[in-house]
Amino acid sequence: MSEEPEIVLGVYVPPHPHPLLAPDQNEGWGRLRDAYDTCRQRIEETDADLMLIYSTTWPSIIGHQIQAHPKPVFTHVDDDFHFLGSMPYEFRMDAEYAECFRDACEERGLHARTVSYDGFPIDTGSVVALKLLNPDNRIPACIVSSNVYSNRAEQIVLGKAARDAMSKLGKKVVVVVVASLSNRMFTEHIDPSDDRIHSAKDDEWNRKILEFFDDGRLEDISQLSRDIHGQIRVSKVVAYKPAWWMAATMGQHNNYDGEVLAYEALHGAGGAVIQLTPAKGGVGDKEFDEDDVEYYHGDRSVLDKGML
Amino acid sequence: MAKGEIVLGCLAPHPPHVVYAENPEQNEPFSEGGWEALRWGYHRLARKLKDIDYDCIVVLTPHWQTYCGTHFLGLDRFQNISVDPIFPNLFRFHHDIKVDVELAEAMHDAAADSGIITKMMRNPDFRVDYGTIVSCHMLNSSWDKPIVTISSNRATHYYSNEVMNEQAMALGQAVREAIEASGKKVVLVASHSLSHRHFVTEAPLPEDMSREHIYNHSQYVWDMKVIDMMRRGEMQEVIDVLPEMIEQTMAEAEGGGLTWMMSAMGMPDYPAEIYGYQSVIGTGNAIASWDPNESTRELVL
Repeated sequence: MSEEPEIVLGVYVPPHPHPLLAPDQNEGWGRLRDAYDTCRQRIEETDADLMLIYSTTWPSIIGHQIQAHPKPVFTHVDDDFHFLGSMPYEFRMDAEYAECFRDACEERGLHARTVSYDGFPIDTGSVVALKLLNPDNRIPACIVSSNVYSNRAEQIVLGKAARDAMSKLGKKVVVVVVASLSNRMFTEHIDPSDDRIHSAKDDEWNRKILEFFDDGRLEDISQLSRDIHGQIRVSKVVAYKPAWWMAATMGQHNNYDGEVLAYEALHGAGGAVIQLTPAKGGVGDKEFDEDDVEYYHGDRSVLDKGML
Repeated sequence: MAKGEIVLGCLAPHPPHVVYAENPEQNEPFSEGGWEALRWGYHRLARKLKDIDYDCIVVLTPHWQTYCGTHFLGLDRFQNISVDPIFPNLFRFHHDIKVDVELAEAMHDAAADSGIITKMMRNPDFRVDYGTIVSCHMLNSSWDKPIVTISSNRATHYYSNEVMNEQAMALGQAVREAIEASGKKVVLVASHSLSHRHFVTEAPLPEDMSREHIYNHSQYVWDMKVIDMMRRGEMQEVIDVLPEMIEQTMAEAEGGGLTWMMSAMGMPDYPAEIYGYQSVIGTGNAIASWDPNESTRELVL
């Protein structure tokens, strides 16, 4: 068992189905599709033996759920964009890694479980990412959910548990985060040719985040998560979590070669395809505003202690 | 053609646990029971429904979440397996659902005419959400009536609880107009809990009732406050206070179901029939109905 896991690439992609189902309806959606295809080719050029996906469109409540069905088969339809078409899928999952990841979560104090059920509804974001990045199931995959109540400490520990399992099994891994940048969509149906980022403010924040990604400053983005959530994220969940998880999973540093392959509007939301390649150099460690955390201790029951 | 009417409105929460506990043949997992206060309440309300003449169930569900307007099921039949993404260990339900497409289209058109963003859902591979299935199964386990599912527009997330209330009010009025014009007798269902904070861990045996209780006392107090108001027929007051309750308890009424149903029913000022209240994995769940027919309205609990 190696101490440090071997992560060959990090990829950040949007969850919307448009690049998969309708790349020809809008030039921007087509450019996102091209970027997906470029990413797919680069992934194929690696010798990765696991694709680990964290999807913001798979919410969980009972801790953290990890997909462990060796061969999930179904036809998925998106709740909002059902008119774009269906997404039939047959994936290949790494059940051994899923079990090991679950055990590593529990060893770090997290509540986690694997799911392995015929017909389980794999979410839109994961389906899109797997179909475009790993269309032939060349690399076994694993998907982990995003707990709706979890916050920074839990996400960071979840990332570290993912690393524990990679190290234990000696995996070479492509880490994939499925998330928008700004996530405010138009609340009405639009002509595809009219798509644009919902507001100038969302666009400016997206471009600032992309500068960080381009410089390989993943840990700095993680440190900015709360600001990002307050500025450009619709309050569907308590926090902007994907950067916390991605940074923790990839080692909590800024040493990457970053490349923004595409940035476009997806029904108003900010969608980007970004590649991070671990590098020797990089911007280096920056200011850390919040404590690092190794073990999750759960809710601290503040109402049961102290003043009361 | 006689004027259509809403013959009953039901607040029908959809934790998959209650179907799991019933062990219907359609559901794959097996349970040893649990959550009887809710299930027995559901049984009594289902018996009442058997005595009511109606053509269709119309349900607004927070588990078909749409950000671009309000969507309506628009195909005659959906046969599939529904696996709960949160509790797949409890709910893997094989269903065969018939839809009243004519009524769905009428409601869609009325809503669109009133300025609401709408969409008919015509994809045959679409999977009906488990909220619809749980509420409808507990109210009518024979599945001998067609349904219409209306999606939950996420105005609460995008704007505010107040905007959600306004939009759901408008949707309710449009749905009422469509029902009256259809000549049909319709049961409305708001499929959701009251307070909605979950525990994030689960007992090894999910139906172990020694582990079940409300998430915290604040949630319980809010739930009881609102149920008391329902008993007194103060539904306008309930809708007025709903944004505050949602803020305080993460109430699942954020999806618009209760507001929509009360608006469609003309904001009842008569007492609700209360059939049960119980927590499920920490959330507060009440079963209630509003019977516009004074001669059949009951004091249940």
